[in-house]
Amino acid sequence: MTTRLFGEPVARREDPRLLTGQGRYLDDLGRDALAAAFVRSPHAHARIRDIDVGPALDVPGLVAIYTWEDLPERVGRALPLLIPHPALTHGRTAYPLARHVVRHVGEPVVMVVAADRYTAEDACALIEVDYEPLKPVVGLEEAVQGAQLVHDDVPGNVGAHLVQEVAAADGRGAREAIETAPHTLAFRLDIERSASMPLEGRGVYARWDGHDLRVYSSTQTSTSVRMAVAAALGLPLPQVEVIAPDVGGGFGVKIVHPWPEEILIPWAAMTLGRELKWSEDRREHFISSAHERGQVQYVRAGFDDDGRVLGLDVTILHDHGAYTPYGIIVPIVTSTQLLGPYKLGAYRVEFSAVYTNTVQVTPYRGAGRPQGVFCMERTMDKIARYLGKDRTEVRAVNLIQPEEFPYDQRMTFQDGRPLIYDSGNYPEMLRMIKELIGWDDFVRAPGRGIGIGCYVEGTGVGPYEGGHVQVTSDGRVHVSTGLTSQGQGHETAFAQIAATELGVPIERISVVTGDTRRFGYAVGTFASRAAVVSGNAIALACRKVREKALRIAAGALEADPSDLQITDGVVHVVGAPTASIPLSTVAVLANPLRYAFDEETAKATQFSGTASPDRPPVAEGEEPGLEGRDYYSPIRSTFAAGMHAAVVETDPDTAEIRIVRYAVVHDCGRLINPMIVEGQIHGGVAQGVGGALYERMVYDSHGQLVNASFMDFLMPYATEVPHIETAHLETPSPLNPLGIKGAGEAGVIPVSAVIASAIEDAEGIAIDRMPISPSELFGLRTAHAR
Amino acid sequence: MEHEITLVVNGVARRVSVPARRLLSDCLRHDLGLTGTHVGCEHGVCGCCTVLLDGQPVRSCLTFAVTVDGRELTTVEGLAGPDRLSPVQRAFAECHGLQCGFCTPGFLCTVTALLAENPAPTEEEVLEGVSGNLCRCTGYQNIVKAVHRAAELLAEES
Amino acid sequence: MKPPPFEYHAPGDLGAALRTLAEVRGKVLAGGQSLIPMLNMRLTAPEYLVDINRVASLGGIDVTEAGVRVGALARHSEVERAGAHPLLTRALKLVAHPVIRNRGTVVGSLVHADPAAELPAVLAVLGGSVRVARWEGHTQVVRDVPAADFFTGPMESAVQPGELAVSAFFPALGFRTGDAFEEVARRHGDYALAGVCAVVTLDEEAYVTAAKVACIGVGPVPVVVDVSEASGHCPVHELDWAEVGRLVQSAVEPEDDIHASAAYRRHLVGVLAERALWKAAREGAAIRGA
Repeated sequence: MTTRLFGEPVARREDPRLLTGQGRYLDDLGRDALAAAFVRSPHAHARIRDIDVGPALDVPGLVAIYTWEDLPERVGRALPLLIPHPALTHGRTAYPLARHVVRHVGEPVVMVVAADRYTAEDACALIEVDYEPLKPVVGLEEAVQGAQLVHDDVPGNVGAHLVQEVAAADGRGAREAIETAPHTLAFRLDIERSASMPLEGRGVYARWDGHDLRVYSSTQTSTSVRMAVAAALGLPLPQVEVIAPDVGGGFGVKIVHPWPEEILIPWAAMTLGRELKWSEDRREHFISSAHERGQVQYVRAGFDDDGRVLGLDVTILHDHGAYTPYGIIVPIVTSTQLLGPYKLGAYRVEFSAVYTNTVQVTPYRGAGRPQGVFCMERTMDKIARYLGKDRTEVRAVNLIQPEEFPYDQRMTFQDGRPLIYDSGNYPEMLRMIKELIGWDDFVRAPGRGIGIGCYVEGTGVGPYEGGHVQVTSDGRVHVSTGLTSQGQGHETAFAQIAATELGVPIERISVVTGDTRRFGYAVGTFASRAAVVSGNAIALACRKVREKALRIAAGALEADPSDLQITDGVVHVVGAPTASIPLSTVAVLANPLRYAFDEETAKATQFSGTASPDRPPVAEGEEPGLEGRDYYSPIRSTFAAGMHAAVVETDPDTAEIRIVRYAVVHDCGRLINPMIVEGQIHGGVAQGVGGALYERMVYDSHGQLVNASFMDFLMPYATEVPHIETAHLETPSPLNPLGIKGAGEAGVIPVSAVIASAIEDAEGIAIDRMPISPSELFGLRTAHAR
Repeated sequence: MEHEITLVVNGVARRVSVPARRLLSDCLRHDLGLTGTHVGCEHGVCGCCTVLLDGQPVRSCLTFAVTVDGRELTTVEGLAGPDRLSPVQRAFAECHGLQCGFCTPGFLCTVTALLAENPAPTEEEVLEGVSGNLCRCTGYQNIVKAVHRAAELLAEES
Repeated sequence: MKPPPFEYHAPGDLGAALRTLAEVRGKVLAGGQSLIPMLNMRLTAPEYLVDINRVASLGGIDVTEAGVRVGALARHSEVERAGAHPLLTRALKLVAHPVIRNRGTVVGSLVHADPAAELPAVLAVLGGSVRVARWEGHTQVVRDVPAADFFTGPMESAVQPGELAVSAFFPALGFRTGDAFEEVARRHGDYALAGVCAVVTLDEEAYVTAAKVACIGVGPVPVVVDVSEASGHCPVHELDWAEVGRLVQSAVEPEDDIHASAAYRRHLVGVLAERALWKAAREGAAIRGA
């Protein structure tokens, strides 16, 4: 068999276990552990006057009840602000358990530990918390008026305010460019809240043996949880290990850390000396995990007769919920990625990150990009409509051309580095999507429209990831990397990279992710970065191992390393296949032994005659073992891109909206496994369809989330997702050895823009607010008819 | 008060003592250690917890264990044959019909029953058949493909 | 999301079930597809739960010329497969998802009385009834509650504490009668935003002799509107069904909720009534010579 697996649709190596019920998700662990449940605030904003746990004390099976007052000083501190930013002048984070004030429905107030989850919930139901309700702040516009405050010391509810401006080539600012442009448009756009909503909620399971703490968490970043837990509990880092087991989806919500429970569960496990587990239920997930997407955008655009954008001025109100633990990454991403594949004359963007008495906002797949793309693509459509031009024509005149790469957008991206696009071919992509959807031949009819949306996605952000590769004396290859997996098929993709780099059959390769026992340095899985950053790190580590293997084999075969190749796990002399040595033997030779434990290892023992008596068994500068470790730290992000198009039909009577066709052209550089990439796109598009037509978090004026269930938060079923047609363009990234860009978030990003474009085309009514329901379309029709 | 019940799970009679309120999903997972059945919403919408009750798919989170005392259950752990995966399992692997794998056991049970009743479903029947199971990863494209593929495999092997 | 504790009874026959209910006045568990979610969310906390799943006599579907009697333990899927009543079968395909229908019961859906549910509308438009039993003194007392009296409010039925709904009766459709069920739901299988089921009977000249609809999602209970008079003046093919639809529309007073505005729901009722009536009429006409 060939070991050249990079780029092949290799069957997933995680599937056999996941298909037979042998996966190990968080709640599958710790069968004998105690269970935790939380009393959560029923109020959006209130002062806690008193907590009476008395009535709960008689519940059989109750073990412990904790309020904030019971936490040691270090444990009870406000949770860390993970990504500080100079513009985030009023960053605020929650306490692990509410201290005096609750700021959203669902904020944890009391932790109960009991024999099982049933009894823990029984006890929760009996605990009486006396609240003094305060007036809640709900809705962006109400919030910025500042009449009521979410945090007493944050005037106007504005946590951060940031302006970025890029002048035109002639030095004029965006506002001036707009004023003097031949044509101008001004409008407002609204995007509502949704959420990652993985089918497995969060969860934490902790074991303390009196000296070492082991924590399992359904997280996107085990290394960071480890550091946070060690810091909060005052434990030396080596005494804490954190493992992300099989994780049932993340989509962003599990990158936040430490969640209150990630501190509280380990602390209580240590305090009680008992294994303890908390598995979030769906209701908890709705009201206490993170949401995203809510923004209001005020847009002004100036353009010429061809539709070339001369100036764009966008003011964004970003709903940040009650806290800002993840900093202002989401509105920064919106502000910068709004530019998409276009070169604008001048650009000014200003955002205010606004507190409301709702669940905190942190990245959800796409992380601010869907909003930015919605803004830019609505702008393109409006310009086309204003000028009476084809919508793709207006896009075409604004595209960055292939010869202009690297293209500097002259802004600062979410990683604090310049926003410089590495590579791409946007005109070709536009040609491909038009061809795929049949843009030029589309027959327009009442109730039938076509739409398009384009985006660029910064992927593979730093700071770094690492990889460790070890060949053992049985010829197996053990690959580990610190970041975690939530269904992206890392065990397969990384094994493909290792197989290709090392020349070893994939069956002999195993991959471990997200286990700090195996790899302690990592950042995490987010921002479509795993393949780029860990993938390249693993490739580099493999190259180290390969080099060492060839060096050792060269000695054994009395050949020059440059004449050697590895095929099917055997090192051989090019052109002389009999002169060979299996990697397993190389691994044995790499580790000089005193003691043998089998026939193979006997070859490396001191009387075997394999080592020269004139040199130390481990030469200077060498290490025992056939293994290698390396890191990849990108200078900047890579920039993937895509263009989507859709045909929709709207029912003239019921205003139901049906997506008839959905087409995707996607460029994420070189593909490691096209089957997996395609799966990522499918899933992203489905989430995008949810965000465009079905999903929203509905808060009432009291700050109650009134649709906190799968009955009323409408995630699409198979019956709601259209068939998705895909085509790939491969523009390798010049920034990394493998030439890859990320693909994880791609699918979701432009969907709202595309669907709005198509509905607008079908209806002839401006669609400026997403998601849109049949009821809302009916409302627009009624208003339009007036 | 605890109730002594017997469940025949994947062909094996299992005696277990449970309180009346124990959900079948929890009984399978925590009392019997069969953690392949997953719990995604506990209000019957997501379908992750779907198991076969006397061959028919049901939500184990909307069933009390005591109610099904004496009945036969099949969980994801019982779908594979003695030496290989079932056609439905193989089709899901072949078509990349799963990503994180959390919803997968529910889909596998649902599809197994669907194809037992209707060995050659149309596209519409497939969509209707899996319409009560949520997946947040795959966008369903490859799940639908896998159901058709499983029908082919079943036909080839029968 | 775990149910609160309750005392569990699982009587083995109807007498025992009724005696238990008379004694403890507990909540009845049949299919549990509506009750258990509410228990899991702790929205209800009954002290006693009476599980009727072991009462074999409550199963079954009894088909006669007069109609179909469905026992309290007959699952949606079982009744759907039996196909004994065209409108009931049609409506069952719209109830939730197939897996829920494997466990949920027809009578349970009626007693649950969700104003957006399909089956209450079917019972209402057909003028069916629910048989309710209780234990009094030393004997079983049975009463038949007509659909018009059965649905008393949103999630409220005429079944009193201590009583058990043992079966429901769906009258057969007459000669030259067509039926239809039209609804709009957000997702496939969701409760309808609005829905209309219609039954239309024609005479030999294709004139409507009886036409009735029941609307769901637009009032506290299924809203039944008899449009026989409005649709009887000319042959069905010449009738302005949109006008009849508007008549139905004027009979409903829907409310706003998070999924749809009242105005949209009202609009839908007009559209769906027109569609349902026309379909039912066409079907009635098609089986004219039968």
